[in-house]
Amino acid sequence: MRRIFLTSISVLLSLTFGAGPAHATSVREIVLDNGLKVLLLEDHKSPAVTFQVWYRVGSRNEKDGKSGLAHFLEHMMFKGTPKTKPEEYSRIIAKNGGRSNAFTTTDVTVYFATMSRDKIAIQLELEAERMTQALLAETYFEPEKNVIQEERRLRTEDNPVSALAEVANAVAYTVHPYRRPVIGWMEDIQNLTRQDMVDYYRTYYAPNNAFIVVTGDFSTEEILPKIKAAYGKIPRGPEPPKVRVQEPAQKGERRVILKKEAELPFLLMFYHAPNLNDPDNFALDVLTVVLAGGRSSRLYHDLVYQKRLTRGVDADYSSVSIDPSGLSISAQLMPGKEPAEVEREIDRLLDKVKADLIAERELEKAKNQIEAGFIFAQDSIFGQAMKVGYYEATGGWERMNSYFDGIRSVTREDIRRVARQYLDRDRRTVGTLIPTKEKAL
Amino acid sequence: MKKTLPGLLFALTTLMAAMPASAELTPKREELDNGVVLLTSEQRALPMISIELLIDAGSRYDGGGQEGLANLAARLLTYGTKRRSALQISDALDFIGASLSTGCSENLASVSMTILKKDLSTGLALLAEVLTQSTFPQEEIERQKQSIVASLKAREEEPGDIAERRFAAALFPNSPYGRPVEGIESSVRAISQKGLREFYERYYRPNRTIMAVVGDVTAEEIAGALNQAFSSWKKGEPGGEPLVPSATGAPTLIRVSKELTQANIIMGHEGVTRGNPDYYAIQVMNNILGGGGFSSRVVDSIRNERGLAYSVYTNFNADKSHGTFQFVMQTKNDSAREAMRIAREEIERIRREPVSEQELNDAKDYLTGSFPLRLDTNRKVANFLAQVEFFQLGLDYPDRYGDFIRKVTREDVLRVAKRYLQPEKLITVVVGNQNKIGE
Repeated sequence: MRRIFLTSISVLLSLTFGAGPAHATSVREIVLDNGLKVLLLEDHKSPAVTFQVWYRVGSRNEKDGKSGLAHFLEHMMFKGTPKTKPEEYSRIIAKNGGRSNAFTTTDVTVYFATMSRDKIAIQLELEAERMTQALLAETYFEPEKNVIQEERRLRTEDNPVSALAEVANAVAYTVHPYRRPVIGWMEDIQNLTRQDMVDYYRTYYAPNNAFIVVTGDFSTEEILPKIKAAYGKIPRGPEPPKVRVQEPAQKGERRVILKKEAELPFLLMFYHAPNLNDPDNFALDVLTVVLAGGRSSRLYHDLVYQKRLTRGVDADYSSVSIDPSGLSISAQLMPGKEPAEVEREIDRLLDKVKADLIAERELEKAKNQIEAGFIFAQDSIFGQAMKVGYYEATGGWERMNSYFDGIRSVTREDIRRVARQYLDRDRRTVGTLIPTKEKAL
Repeated sequence: MKKTLPGLLFALTTLMAAMPASAELTPKREELDNGVVLLTSEQRALPMISIELLIDAGSRYDGGGQEGLANLAARLLTYGTKRRSALQISDALDFIGASLSTGCSENLASVSMTILKKDLSTGLALLAEVLTQSTFPQEEIERQKQSIVASLKAREEEPGDIAERRFAAALFPNSPYGRPVEGIESSVRAISQKGLREFYERYYRPNRTIMAVVGDVTAEEIAGALNQAFSSWKKGEPGGEPLVPSATGAPTLIRVSKELTQANIIMGHEGVTRGNPDYYAIQVMNNILGGGGFSSRVVDSIRNERGLAYSVYTNFNADKSHGTFQFVMQTKNDSAREAMRIAREEIERIRREPVSEQELNDAKDYLTGSFPLRLDTNRKVANFLAQVEFFQLGLDYPDRYGDFIRKVTREDVLRVAKRYLQPEKLITVVVGNQNKIGE
């Protein structure tokens, strides 16, 4: 709910498959004098409006020893301003029939609510207020720290698969901040101070480091003056420092093992891959669907259906990240199966994609899945806003316009080429969860 | 790699959350020639169609020693028909980018399809095939049995899931509502092809089926297409009213030992059925207590004030035949006893003192105001319409919901809290490191 985080390996599949031209062309962009960009996408099919404020800051902007700061700040943003009491934000939204929340990723921190057209201005104003006036009061700092540590226990410490993803991530990257978990390491969370947070807030929360996305049943003529009135008066802040770290090219496979109380082994492979700044992102999207999109996909059909080696299988690739991320393949094993055996089988299947062209029909099927997925995703105005936001945060929302052309132009040769280039064992990290059965106390 | 979803606290507190009181839904209801009750809502914004079927074929029909039969039957629907193999079915679906999934609960089996408009006839043909011509091939049965046994094992590493199952078993002993829909390993292994085919023949019948179709198609178009595609589907014995559990379990404390950093806690007891006249007053009361996310009392006292939990909520789940009340939270092992003490205090407090005027109004405003916004996708509208039919709420339900909520008073809230929250009956399940949790 409020304050969810997304791990950096984990990927928003719907977004990957999402973008396309149909609606993107009707996004309207306005930039206020203070640098705040506003992206408006009207869609009147349901009586709701989603209003989101995106800050261009996430765990990517943190320093060693300070992991979890962006996410902690997101929690503290609900602890009041001079005009709004702690937790009152959520109450105001709720009693006006709205639902609100926030989340933090490696790249962004996002605050949002979905309300009716006649109520959305309430949230619009509350967000403007806390853009620069959050109190981040000391009184609430330690209790909220405890809440976040409980969140970490729930999501990571007691979740073997998340714990594996976290440690694999920490090995897949050596210098880039994507190596750190968004929620932060437990000890780092413990050591964060209010001053760390205040400094972070002042550095990154400013109109020129944020943008607004509005989708749904609103009228541009009505809402734009309200946005200008509420946000136009907020002064531009200093330009926040840029993250310039580049992950050096990986030379040689990395392996990591996690031993933890669990029932079934889990295998995860992470291959470094480019983001949407590289034209190969389209072929990588299609490749991901060929590998694990649906029951008839290559990995699913072989591993889950034919050989019954794994319970399911996922392939995730996200082009919408600020810095290059990766393509990952993951699977929970069937009882009695060995990780090494599953790994060999996945390698065999990947080798086939690298060796031989996929069938024409296979290519067409993958493209059809992407196109249908794009239309289905538009069913949700929240989903639309997320898509616009992720594109804007990582490469500019206009990139959505060329997505379909990019997908349509992918050839079988492209698939083979990107498979050879990126599904390279020397550029991967293999993580294995080995269940231990300690007798609980 | 698990996708993280915003859901822990807002995990729907009610089966029937909300829907637009707007005319835009313009739902229609009719009975097809073969007895299917069809609900439609024409939505032209996108060239897509969402279909939801509820079939009176849930696990309550499993029979002794055959636990898991209904679930296995539902899972196998898309794994082989008279005309197509499992792979041919999935390939046909993937080629048009459609999704077709099946599910099973105690009372109902469900089938969900999402498809582009241009592929509607292909989709309906496939749908008709799985509902009328499934063959349950032996090889596929074995495969799905293995898969279910593996999923039962996988669930043992999800502490919240373990707590949920132990709670249900304690509350509804000797009842389908107390058993996993999947069955247990030995009962799943005992299921035969003959048993599956008989189950399918008997329960997958049009006059036991509710079907909601939402999207870019008119009621006339879809009714015509369905009458054609499903012409061979013949009526069977009519569906029955779900069984009411005969007895509920005594209050108890159940501890499950796991090497975990958090205690996963469920405290609860029997709730109410969906048809209970106090249902709406209970929803308002529960919203104030712990169903209202960040506005609720338990989030205030357990999360905000004391920092004891990230996720803490209460819910009243109401089905046709039975219901539950649950207080759910996770907290580090050391704090489990304190958190449970506060949970009890909160339950006692709302039974003792009337809620404030403001709490009452805020809760009512939220429930009525969010109502139209929650049905913001075709999929949600389809699920909603099917449930409205199942619970016999009437198509004008969206127009009446606001009145049901608005007439709830502070006295009602106190009355239903006293009556339906029963601290002396609490069944408590604690999954965690019992040494650290302590006595």
